[in-house]
Amino acid sequence: MTAVNPAGPAPRRPVVRPDRTVLLLLVFIITSGLLLVSHNRAVLGNMGSLGTLLLNPIVEALVVSLFLANVLFAYMWKAANWAKLIVGVGSLLFVLPLAGRADSSLLDLSIQIMIFAALALGLNIVVGLAGLLDLGYVAFFAVGAYTWSIFASPRFGEILRYYGENAGATGAGTLAIGLVLVAVTAGSMLYIRGLHARLATTRLSTWSFGLAGFGLVAGIVLVGRSLLVLASGSAAAVAGGIDPSFFWLFLALSIMTAALVGVLIGLPVLKLKGDYLAIITLGLGEVIRVLANNLSLYTAGSQGITPIGSASVPWFNSFAAALGFRQDQFYLLFLYALVLIVIAVILLVNVRLDRSRIGRAWIAIRDDEIAAQAMGVPLMQTKLIAFATGASFAGVMGMIFAAKQTFISPESFNLLQSIGVLSMVILGGMGSFSGVILGAAVVTLLNLRILPGLGEASANVPWIPQQANPGQLQRLIFGSILVAMMLLRPEGLLPNKRRTRELHSEHDQEDESGEGNASGLNAGGDVYSAGMATIKENDRPGGSK
Amino acid sequence: MDLATLLPFIVNVIVGGLVLGFVYAIIALGYTMVYGVLQLINFAHSEVFITGAVVGFEVFRVLQNSELNGYLKLLLALVAAMIVSGLLNVLIERLAYRPLRNAPRLVPLITAIGVSLILQDVLRVIEGLQGRFDLTYTLPAGFSDKFCAAEGSSCAPLGNFLRTIGVDVQLKDVILVVVALVSLTALNYVVNRTRLGKAIRAVAQDRVTAGLMGIDSNLMISATFLIGGALGGISGVLFGMKFGTVNAYSGFDPGIIAFTAAVLGGIGSIPGAVLGGLLLGVIQNLIGVMNIFGNLMGSANLGTIDASYQRIGAFLVLVLILIFKPTGLLGKSNVEKV
Repeated sequence: MTAVNPAGPAPRRPVVRPDRTVLLLLVFIITSGLLLVSHNRAVLGNMGSLGTLLLNPIVEALVVSLFLANVLFAYMWKAANWAKLIVGVGSLLFVLPLAGRADSSLLDLSIQIMIFAALALGLNIVVGLAGLLDLGYVAFFAVGAYTWSIFASPRFGEILRYYGENAGATGAGTLAIGLVLVAVTAGSMLYIRGLHARLATTRLSTWSFGLAGFGLVAGIVLVGRSLLVLASGSAAAVAGGIDPSFFWLFLALSIMTAALVGVLIGLPVLKLKGDYLAIITLGLGEVIRVLANNLSLYTAGSQGITPIGSASVPWFNSFAAALGFRQDQFYLLFLYALVLIVIAVILLVNVRLDRSRIGRAWIAIRDDEIAAQAMGVPLMQTKLIAFATGASFAGVMGMIFAAKQTFISPESFNLLQSIGVLSMVILGGMGSFSGVILGAAVVTLLNLRILPGLGEASANVPWIPQQANPGQLQRLIFGSILVAMMLLRPEGLLPNKRRTRELHSEHDQEDESGEGNASGLNAGGDVYSAGMATIKENDRPGGSK
Repeated sequence: MDLATLLPFIVNVIVGGLVLGFVYAIIALGYTMVYGVLQLINFAHSEVFITGAVVGFEVFRVLQNSELNGYLKLLLALVAAMIVSGLLNVLIERLAYRPLRNAPRLVPLITAIGVSLILQDVLRVIEGLQGRFDLTYTLPAGFSDKFCAAEGSSCAPLGNFLRTIGVDVQLKDVILVVVALVSLTALNYVVNRTRLGKAIRAVAQDRVTAGLMGIDSNLMISATFLIGGALGGISGVLFGMKFGTVNAYSGFDPGIIAFTAAVLGGIGSIPGAVLGGLLLGVIQNLIGVMNIFGNLMGSANLGTIDASYQRIGAFLVLVLILIFKPTGLLGKSNVEKV
């Protein structure tokens, strides 16, 4: 099995690519012009038949795709850095919002793409880096969404009213009991933990730790309940949701809640791997959806929660007004800006994590769990961090999604959504950040623009029956993406270099390390070639995305 | 509520659960056969099985007005479903799994999910083109009657016995159990007593060595998929008979429950799949019944147990088994090495 590649490593020649600065700028100008024109009905009206052609949903989807391809080109092509910067920043900060001013649906679409890009980046950590196939990923998205929506909608007032009417024991007494319970159980958990550190773990101590954990949960529930009872007096005051300026607090809260749920779900299931983990996470995702469907007091059941508020940022609103945006577009523009910042932060976190100890530990686990464990990688801890990190990205985006839609229901978080995000990760390339973002953009465009566009166009074509309308073939598309990518190009559209080598080498691990050792004699750092791959990736001066 | 009314109720629930359990058991066999040979969870099996249900529906629909005997119609439906599902499963293996046989474990798993999604939409479109979505089985006359209800019929002793213990069984439930038992026996015979079965078991143990002994492992894997698919076809028809209505998407729930059953019994083990199926059928029915209990006893809390919690129940069982006894009740553990 330890076959060192007999031909020796292929010499790595730097790929010389033509400089495309001029071409890049040209494409940028043309596509931006097209986008701006095609979303401006006033101009289109004066253009006659060309205007009607541009209004065609398929053509429109094409124009949007072409425009977004700019950013990709800026990332991939060899061009002057200033040109890349102009194209990246210009596209995302100027042209898109400008076109969005004329057509709000474009802003909506871009936010949606970025939300899914963030989801895909999160899932990429779990699946692409740590190799844990999570089919219930959208559950964390739901957690983040519900965390905000319950409070920022009339739901919260109704919950308070319910507790006001069904107070049970007096609020203050329950609060006292709950607080004491929390203090005692938390204290004993810490004490047992200390014992574990000093003495051997026994069955009895494990059980009592678990028991104290249950007590802690019960205490927290009691405290929460009594707080709700005590606060029930202000039910009328929050009838329309809490103050919008809590948005920022909840931005942090939704991250923490989702990460916590990630840890809670991960603790029992991460002992499993591969297929079992996939099916268990699928199950837990469904469990969260079923809970959202049935806990009607908190989630309004299948009717869903609406209207969900967003942050109120007066200075941003006046800024938007000065730019000529309509009143109803303010919140979209705000969310667009927010989502841009968040995704930049997420990308930064991703890149840093990938190059950190944790990132290398994830890749080690993905490649061989047992070997990684033997090398001293703490399995459970590392996997939990992956789960929690992925979950926190989903949590924050869930909250932004809720604020954008102003309506959420359990149906927004079904299995198909999880698989959609998975297909983004796989289409783009597992483990590759740029690829995953590309995958998210392609799949979202496909779902929200191209398929509905085709559906609309084919609605009046007699030989395409309504049942086979392309607009409804989402499952077929997702499925075909998954199968085709796995069969034809398992590394994805924009592959992670290391992953490519892995999937295309006959003997997997041994071969690779052999290669690494042969290529550099002082290959001490080559054991974790993941670090190498990212440095390579980073060598390309990337665009702003 | 007193014991005299409660007891027949519980007996009914358990009998109903066992009937359901036989359907799950045969679906679970489809998972377990494939897993035993390839160590692959065939996610697409739930769609293969729903294809069987759709074929069964079509046969019953076409034969609706014919003069054929009801049992003959059922036989035709079963055979057609077996052929279509079996061939479909072989085709899936050939196109989607075989090229990936040496790929990392995650790869064929993702393909399987993809195939399952594709099949869902294909089935929906095929049936939708004829203006149908929910397919309601038109069973032959008498199938939905109470079993041995008539006084003094040929099965009088059994009928009397069932009446005394207060069990309601329909004729189709009895047919279902009989069909399930016959197919289980046949499968057991094929796997344990024939040359084909011997070859399949050899491939399951060690594909390379089996190849050295002159066994064509590709052929044997195809045969396994054929048998698994045929079982899926049978279970599809039985599922349709039992529940009355199926649609292109309804494979998910029974698929998950059957998978849980396969894991509960120990995936890869044939008796394990049957045991797991029966247990889960009963568990599921008991969870469903809690709702009724809640209403009967007037407790508001129990009343909130919704039908959708049945699915949660199956998942919790799955989580618990996988955590505490991942090899299942009858499974063998295998040691993993680097």
